[in-house]
Amino acid sequence: MNYGMVVEIRGLTGLADPEGLAIERALPSLGFAGVEGVHVSRVFRFSVDAASEAEARRTAQEMCDRLLANPVIERAEIRVADEAPESST
Amino acid sequence: MTADVGIVCFPGSNCEHDVARALEALGASTRILWHGDESVGDVGAVVIPGGFAHGDYLRPGAIARFSPIMRAVADFAAKSGPVLGICNGFQVLTEAGLLPGALTRNVGLRFICQTVECTVESTASVLTSGATRNTVLRLPINHYEGNYTCDPVTLAAIEDRGQVVLRYRENPNGALHSIAGVANTAGNVVGCMPHPERASDPLGVGTDGIVLFQSLLAAAGARSNRRRRPAPAEQAS
Repeated sequence: MNYGMVVEIRGLTGLADPEGLAIERALPSLGFAGVEGVHVSRVFRFSVDAASEAEARRTAQEMCDRLLANPVIERAEIRVADEAPESST
Repeated sequence: MTADVGIVCFPGSNCEHDVARALEALGASTRILWHGDESVGDVGAVVIPGGFAHGDYLRPGAIARFSPIMRAVADFAAKSGPVLGICNGFQVLTEAGLLPGALTRNVGLRFICQTVECTVESTASVLTSGATRNTVLRLPINHYEGNYTCDPVTLAAIEDRGQVVLRYRENPNGALHSIAGVANTAGNVVGCMPHPERASDPLGVGTDGIVLFQSLLAAAGARSNRRRRPAPAEQAS
């Protein structure tokens, strides 16, 4: 079965996020007061052909461990999508 | 003929010829190693030069790390071979796990292209063995992701063991402890954000990079001599 997966790669807590900070600082000048804690993350969407949801998650986790995330600076959050992703071609 | 130094070229590398020219000016022979090669051959040292290997897609160095040549570079490093990563090469070596830490985007999100002053913090590496500790070198930096970071335990460890080989005098990019260059525990694998090859000709920004390349060539030469000297058993036969 095909499982649509969503993987979010986030910077580790405590690590500088200069992009998030720059956006946060720009917001007040646009009239958005009181917005704090802006962080930028990266999202990957893909489908995995797997026998079960658990197996699809394991595949996604291994992809994160070996390529999608750098554990020195990032952590990954994996979830199953509500609908299958479109083809990337 | 044996090449003293192999220079790894990925799609998107752009400093390989600058490095070759700077090393050849010091009398070394060089060879460009393509990223698809599965061996570094009979070289005495390996340099991973600057650029944008594989377009820096995903993270700088993240895809380059899986190029076939990197298995050979890791084997070479494991056998005490001198390996230097410059700028993007430094990022490749951290992604490959051959050096601790990671390089993230500069604080201020600015691509920095300027000449900075770096202090030689340790001479226990193949990049700094010929330099004098506490010497200040003027070296060009040219990067967007040169902000060195690692976890606190690693930071304490690399400081305690003298693995920080180069440190910025004025922190240009937010790097932890102003770290500009790091070695592995053995000192044979080194990464640095500054470009020694761009400080190797009096027509450029100076010649402070030469002492670093001389150190690398000394390590490469020592390795080549050891390799070329026949073992006693071979002499007998």
